[in-house]
Amino acid sequence: MDLELKDTPGQLVLALQPISDFEGNIVSVVHHRDKKTPRGMIPVQVAFEISGEKVSGLINKLESIGIIVARVGEERLRESRAGILIGHIIHSDIRDTIDQIDATGYAEVVDLTMSMPGIDQRSSARLVINATGKVEMEYAVELLRNIAREKDLLLIEPI
Amino acid sequence: MKKIRLSIIGFGVIGCGVAKVISKKREYIKHRHGINLELVGIGERNGGIACEDGIDPIEAYNLAKTKEMGKHPCWKEEMSGINVIKEVNADIVVETTPTNVDSGEPGLSHMMTAFKNKRHVVTSNKGPLAVAYKELIKTAEENDVQFRFEASVGGAMPVFNLVRECLQANKILSIKGILNGTCNYILTRMSTEGMSYEHALSEAQELGIAETNPSYDVEGMDTACKLVILANEILGMDNTYKDVEIEGITRITIESLKLASDKGYTIKLIGEVETEKLRVAPRLVPKDHPLAVGGALNVMSLNTDLAGEITITGKGAGAIETSSSILSDVINIAKTLR
Ligand SMILES: NC(=O)c1ccc[n+]([C@@H]2O[C@H](COP(=O)([O-])OP(=O)(O)OC[C@H]3O[C@@H](n4cnc5c(N)ncnc54)[C@H](OP(=O)(O)O)[C@@H]3O)[C@@H](O)[C@H]2O)c1
Repeated sequence: MDLELKDTPGQLVLALQPISDFEGNIVSVVHHRDKKTPRGMIPVQVAFEISGEKVSGLINKLESIGIIVARVGEERLRESRAGILIGHIIHSDIRDTIDQIDATGYAEVVDLTMSMPGIDQRSSARLVINATGKVEMEYAVELLRNIAREKDLLLIEPI
Repeated sequence: MKKIRLSIIGFGVIGCGVAKVISKKREYIKHRHGINLELVGIGERNGGIACEDGIDPIEAYNLAKTKEMGKHPCWKEEMSGINVIKEVNADIVVETTPTNVDSGEPGLSHMMTAFKNKRHVVTSNKGPLAVAYKELIKTAEENDVQFRFEASVGGAMPVFNLVRECLQANKILSIKGILNGTCNYILTRMSTEGMSYEHALSEAQELGIAETNPSYDVEGMDTACKLVILANEILGMDNTYKDVEIEGITRITIESLKLASDKGYTIKLIGEVETEKLRVAPRLVPKDHPLAVGGALNVMSLNTDLAGEITITGKGAGAIETSSSILSDVINIAKTLR
């Protein structure tokens, strides 16, 4: 997010506070004290992770305290997590398992590798799920846990 | 020199190990700590030995190994475990009978009786702790005696004493780790040698790492019991074995280990307690993670508010290794006695 701040002391802290208040996790802050925008403001670039649904609330808050939000860049599906399924994966319709995750809109199965030792034997699959944020990943994994329980598959999650 | 009288209840693998270590380390402990450990009672299921003047630990150890305890000059059939606790004048009772997670018996009665007779208790027995933790702590307090159980979780690894002695100012936020050496051995062999589960299990049985009936270990019950004890003692919870969500390692395939490995993971049976939730399950662990220890080792990570993450690893079983923890508890109690 590119912000523009007034050239007075305390503005940076003022700008970062709402990000924390909205449970954003700040990754980096670049503060260009020596540069000025045509409007005489100081540009700041802040990178942070935040759940998608909170972004508009945050922008409103920033603007209400006199900070200009010049640009919002979004990187979707930043969260990625691997998992392993063991059981009768094909019989229990792997297509449906993937479709249920993809249908959420906030998470997708981006990689699936299967290993099937033989008919009637349990097979194993590794899948990678990407999601738009941490909360969304939790929802997606919870969904996968429920599917695994219903289909009697063992789900192995990362620690 | 302070003389501390001990009795051992349950003279099997661990009970005998304690006797052996007492004999081996007696002079060292006298010299180093000013404590003279005297074995005055041994209680078995069908009888026992009581001797106020002291029992030679090695003589008892040798007789136990050849199953000839009855030949000891002081052996009496009426002196079974519970009677040794009541009648033999010991300061500390070392309780090492088999773990029973349904009723906690016979250990639970042994410990309660010891407390009521004003004797301190040191144990490696998880059963009573996993079914009646609060009751035990309360009874020990009411009787103004100490109760220590370092050996019940992680064998040789010091976890309770670490928290008690070195992390006093910390709040422990969560604990996770590998708490069962048998499962770790099986998964390690499956992963490094490409062995099937059945093959790795039978190898572990041949080496004496797994029991003839391995279900208690491989189905995750043992890990669950240890997790309950950790949660109750370190995180101040009040759980029993029944509160744990448990999945063991019996469904793990070699293919799953290969798939995990290709992405830089290994699979370990992890016990984890965090915000009121106790869970035992196979988990993906990055190969370079501190919890990714191999062989039959145990490992535990404590997440603390001041010290950050603290990880300890060591042998989770074995007569001598486990006796190290038992002796540590015994010496700690002995130091507080007049
Ligand atoms: N082995 C390890 O490495 C290890 C590590 C950590 C903790 N532990 C725990 O330590 C405890 C002892 O383990 P272990 O391996 O030594 O087991 P073990 O070899 O089976 O020894 C238990 C002993 O207790 C005796 N016993 C059973 N009921 C009794 C009673 N009512 N009164 C008196 N004695 C009785 C048994 O006699 P019988 O043979 O006649 O039944 C046996 O001699 C268990 O709770 C275990 O979970 C073991």
